Amino acid sequence: MNRKNLIWGLLVALAIAAFLSPFASPSPDGLERVAEDKGFLHLAEGKELIHALMPDYVFPGIASEGLATSLAGLVGTLLVFGAMYLVSRVFVRPKGNAGKGRS
Amino acid sequence: MHIPDGFLDPKIWVGASALSAGALAAAVSNTRKVLEDRQVPALGVMAAFIFAAQMINFPVAGGTSGHLLGGALAAILLGPWSAGLILTTVLVIQMLFFYDGGLTALGANVLNMAVIAPWVAYGTYRLVGGLFKGNAGRTAATFLAAWLSVMAAALACSLEIAFSGTVPLAVVLPAMLGWHALIGIGEGLITVVVVSFVSRLWGLEQSGQKSFAGGEQL
Repeated sequence: MNRKNLIWGLLVALAIAAFLSPFASPSPDGLERVAEDKGFLHLAEGKELIHALMPDYVFPGIASEGLATSLAGLVGTLLVFGAMYLVSRVFVRPKGNAGKGRS
Repeated sequence: MHIPDGFLDPKIWVGASALSAGALAAAVSNTRKVLEDRQVPALGVMAAFIFAAQMINFPVAGGTSGHLLGGALAAILLGPWSAGLILTTVLVIQMLFFYDGGLTALGANVLNMAVIAPWVAYGTYRLVGGLFKGNAGRTAATFLAAWLSVMAAALACSLEIAFSGTVPLAVVLPAMLGWHALIGIGEGLITVVVVSFVSRLWGLEQSGQKSFAGGEQL
């Protein structure tokens, strides 16, 4: 396991988010389907407690739906990578506990 | 299986949040012991991959779709504690930026997908992987671990919704398990392909070897 493999891994993730996400099935997922069938989906409507920047994985202000989804995927993938890296650095391997040989 | 706001009552989401918080604290302290500096970026890459893969909903049957959860994938490659941190990070970003899963339901979603799914996968993988040797055994263990992790998360999700008084358990449970038995097949197939590819890349051929994240035994 080396840095080259990690960069490839990140590139694969970005490529999936950018190029495959527009082809994702728009059908409801398992829980949503059950909520629809059993008549409790309405309980979630209008209950959002926070205003999300890219609801339903659509980047705002882009006319093309495919492009908006790709962009949301790219931004999200980078956000997740950054957040995970930060969380690992701050909580799991904080300075002082970090030892030598940072790569 | 991301639960939105509105499906759970306060006693359930507060209870689930407390359990998740405890599990996360344990995950941080256990990961701290085994994770090495050079392995930190691998957690980021795994989280990024799972996020990207979760966007790709695949059709399962007449007007329903599923997507990878990734709990088994992360648990098999990096160990269950690291998997918990990874899935939690993914769930928090999804909730904050994409409104996938509600704020009040975050604790329940973390419990189902970041705690229960990875641990069920890890337990199954060790148990079944220990029974059969060789590549076929490893593949079977991986597939079963992934499938069961989805079923366990769906079971927990059903219990949380039913005990919230949203819908009777006898109604929600068979429906949830029925759909997720199909979605779990997709989870199993994707997990088998990615695990075998990454294991080869990392030189982890045997299920008895240490996972990449250090001391977490597989």
